Amino acid sequence: MSKPPENSPISFFLNGSPLSLSVAPGRRVVDLLREDLHLTGTKEGCGTGECGACTLLVDGFPMLSCLMLAAQLEGRNIETVESLEKDPVGEKLITSFEEKGAVQCGYCIPGMEMTALALLRNHPEADREDIRKSLSGNLCRCTGYVKILDAVEDTAKKLTAPKEMP
Amino acid sequence: MNPVLFPRTEEMLLSMVKAYPEARFMAGGTDLLVALRQKQKALPPLIGLERMEGMGDILREGDEISIGAACTLKEVASHPLTRQHLPLLCQGADSVGGPALRNMATLGGNLCTASPAGDTLPALFLLEARPELLSEKGLRTLSMEAFITGPGRTALLPGELLHRIRIPIPPNAPIQHFEKVGNRNAMAIAVASLAALIRMEQGLVTQARLAWGSVGPKVIRSSEAEAALMGKPLREESLKEAAFYAQKAVQPISDIRASADYRKKVSASLLQRLILYRDSDDKGERS
Repeated sequence: MSKPPENSPISFFLNGSPLSLSVAPGRRVVDLLREDLHLTGTKEGCGTGECGACTLLVDGFPMLSCLMLAAQLEGRNIETVESLEKDPVGEKLITSFEEKGAVQCGYCIPGMEMTALALLRNHPEADREDIRKSLSGNLCRCTGYVKILDAVEDTAKKLTAPKEMP
Repeated sequence: MNPVLFPRTEEMLLSMVKAYPEARFMAGGTDLLVALRQKQKALPPLIGLERMEGMGDILREGDEISIGAACTLKEVASHPLTRQHLPLLCQGADSVGGPALRNMATLGGNLCTASPAGDTLPALFLLEARPELLSEKGLRTLSMEAFITGPGRTALLPGELLHRIRIPIPPNAPIQHFEKVGNRNAMAIAVASLAALIRMEQGLVTQARLAWGSVGPKVIRSSEAEAALMGKPLREESLKEAAFYAQKAVQPISDIRASADYRKKVSASLLQRLILYRDSDDKGERS
């Protein structure tokens, strides 16, 4: 095998749009997003997979962008917090987080919201215990967990509430 | 910049191993990438296993469950076959890190990292799992005892990789219970853990297998503790006796997470707590 070029072409979907670019295959996804693509919504906390701040969705599943390499994105569907307001569930999450005062410093919130998005898309009926388990890998250092749980629970209730008659 | 390769077939994989003998295999990458970054050097060539045929599925083959080494811990913990036949392994897999990490980290990776605190290892020992290794010479299968040679060390030879994990279905569905104590519930490395596989007949223990994690260089077994439970109902007295032997068997160290002394006590307590998880079918023996 010949030595590969410095950068390799990769193609994937980012927040619903197809994207092809040339990138060092070993570049971390969090760096690709923040530094190359200027999508700074995704935060890096610990860089070792222990805090959940860098969580994004890969083919709908929460994963940690600090432990993923650019080459792994080939053909995948990536969603970051920047897509949240365009998503029907994500839009409700944003409102609930605001209404419940769930955001203090805000650093953990993109990871919290993306994790909650994946949960509520598949399980809008999730109860507080389901939400706690689902968010157990997302640390908040402002100790704001109660209001964060309140917010996600609020979205779940809105999603499952019977539709009002017109 | 070194390449990151994603073989899809064994043939592709073996040719990449030949072309890049210094390459590292990457399954979920959740341990490997952290370790490589700590070295602060350029990444070596990586051979990613996430797109390999025959390494990402869970099958029943005769009397065993065969798990591809690149299956994520989430897949292992939630698959109908493992949930039905190997609840002990599901509990262990579900204890690692947090949900997003378990969507990436793999069973094969947890095994190959061979950490004394690896949450799936006590279950794999008790269930007599057999790691199946692949290299250009073909396949070979080892016992867990032979595969894990020390803390962070395995019997894998250069160019060889963990391909599948084969686990015999335990007969007569014994009690399978895994419990881990850490500094918090999620995202914590174990201070101590216990996997227990106990079969009861007419209220008496007819088979007892116990394995402790995070309290020695490898998974710790105690034949004396197991013998102390045999032929008796699962009650406080016999568990207390077994716990005495457990404290003698474990070889914990003191580290940033806990002292050796505390780990010994937790090892014994985890065993005594089995009384809370007795088979609900044995109502006649409940005190």
